Amino acid sequence: MMKAWIPIFVILPLAGAFLIPIISRYFSRFGRILAPLIMLILTGLGIMFFFREEPVLIYHIGGWKLYKGIPVGIQFVVDGLGVLMLAVINLVGFLAAFYSISYLSKYTGEKYFFALFCLMVAGMNGVVITGDLFNLFVFLEIAVIASYALVAFGIEKEELEASFKYQVLGGVASLFVLLGIAIIYWQTGTLNIADVAMLLRESDSSQVLVFVQILLIAGFGLKAAMIPFHAWLPDAHSSAPSPISAMLSGVLIKAVGVYAIMRLFFNMFTMNYEISMLITVIGTVSMVGGVLLAVGQWDLKRLLAYHSISQMGYVVLGIGMGMVILSVDGNRAVAALAIFGGLYHMVNHAVFKGLLFLNAGAIEYKTGTRMLRELGGLSENMPLTASTSLSASMAISGIPPFNGFFSKLIIIMAAVQGRFYLMALLAVIVSIITLASFMKVHRYAFSGVPRFKNKKLFGEAPFTMALPMVVLALLCLGLSLLVIPSVRNIFLTPAVDALINTLNYAKPILEL
Amino acid sequence: MILYILCFILFLVGLYGVITRRNVIKIVLGICIMEYSMNLLLVLIGYVEGGIAPIVVKGVEDTNFVDPLPQAMVLTVIVIGLATTAMLLAIAIRVYKKHGTFDIREIKNLKG
Repeated sequence: MMKAWIPIFVILPLAGAFLIPIISRYFSRFGRILAPLIMLILTGLGIMFFFREEPVLIYHIGGWKLYKGIPVGIQFVVDGLGVLMLAVINLVGFLAAFYSISYLSKYTGEKYFFALFCLMVAGMNGVVITGDLFNLFVFLEIAVIASYALVAFGIEKEELEASFKYQVLGGVASLFVLLGIAIIYWQTGTLNIADVAMLLRESDSSQVLVFVQILLIAGFGLKAAMIPFHAWLPDAHSSAPSPISAMLSGVLIKAVGVYAIMRLFFNMFTMNYEISMLITVIGTVSMVGGVLLAVGQWDLKRLLAYHSISQMGYVVLGIGMGMVILSVDGNRAVAALAIFGGLYHMVNHAVFKGLLFLNAGAIEYKTGTRMLRELGGLSENMPLTASTSLSASMAISGIPPFNGFFSKLIIIMAAVQGRFYLMALLAVIVSIITLASFMKVHRYAFSGVPRFKNKKLFGEAPFTMALPMVVLALLCLGLSLLVIPSVRNIFLTPAVDALINTLNYAKPILEL
Repeated sequence: MILYILCFILFLVGLYGVITRRNVIKIVLGICIMEYSMNLLLVLIGYVEGGIAPIVVKGVEDTNFVDPLPQAMVLTVIVIGLATTAMLLAIAIRVYKKHGTFDIREIKNLKG
């Protein structure tokens, strides 16, 4: 029965994006009610899907079933990995939408903000659940075009410049992806991911496939801001309104970048050693480079944006190590551990980086600046922001009771067991530099001499901004429970299985 | 085969324009050229030597049809291209109003 609910993830936000600008003409607060409500419903639905009756749920759009074993229509597919992404996207989306209610008092055009927000969520949900390559491209474009507009939402000099940079690089990346998809269609004559996967295992046209894989790594790598392609991310993520920064850093680069790489390279292509090694090296370079660029920043949101590159490097490193071990037929338990670490860190990163951007937004909302040298003593003015920010900082730099510690520990353990000693060493060093960088943030922003004496003017953030921060701070602690095996088996193990057993995705779709 | 290679060269021409040009509008045009080369490539992939339009009516079943799927894809890509180009040009006009120039060397408030 749950199959029939799958298209809701796309229909509901799309309908919201359509209705909000129209009804807001007559009832101006419609957007701020409808958008968080839609996200709350989708969050509940996403969590419900963890307890689905079959491992892979398939919805045939328009009722176009298989014809003689060949998929003719487009399928929406929800498997272990998809449901994990859906839950994270909609949960962070709900909290960001709720946070925006007060935050948007600084801006005009509230209805357009919430309409674009819904459109972006519809695109990301679509990327995650679609089973068709061209459909994936279409949803990807929906998500990123909405995000271009949202980055430029402030229409000041910096926002416009950042948005233009983001659009040019994003447009080139989309065309690389499209070129890759076109060549896949040329070679195989089908666009269905499952069908392509089976056909590629029968035929042998490896020369062309290497070219396609490089194109797709470049395209999705640009979307995920891995290091040779990272130039747009610090500008775009620091210029956007803070709830949108939280969505971009917390969710968008995962849904349209890393998720697409995982889905296509595990479940569609046959793995080979060189490409897997390339992905691992890109992850390692991002991890080290991102943190080195972050240390010298004095703009709080810019610093957080560089840390996003570094933390996504951890995720790609975990995934890449799993691919390398699988491609040489190594120990599958170690590969599972590496992939588990990568996915776990991805979930954790969505939570703590979302929280850090919301904290930065609260500081900017109250004080009007985000330059660290102009701040000081804020823990007296904003005790809640200071304490939630402290828990997120400890999570991102890997201090024990918080979730970031466990995921980093698992990635490092997997690296040692898989004999990637250099990567393990670099991961430890990067974690220490991250800690130093966040100690700087707390030293300059929250402790020290209070600069803002008037407590009435510079007090705590309003309720709608404080609640999402508290929820995310509790999640920073609560997600540590995912290391306990019985909890892990519900939430993360199905996702790891979906990636490790590469044909588990294709077989139910083709009814083999 | 020569047609496919020409298509790919057109793609690279657009990419070259995006990378080397300094004028904001010329960068947008470079992206448009890349997009058109992709549309051409998609249509070429679906082309069959001596094929006819894939409209099934009585009497013409089982003839040599061209592949209709890439044509549907091209239509979608054109629509998406319209959205991206409109968005790019809207931002370019705003950039010109704020900065007073189309030269990207002079639009550099963000760095580091």
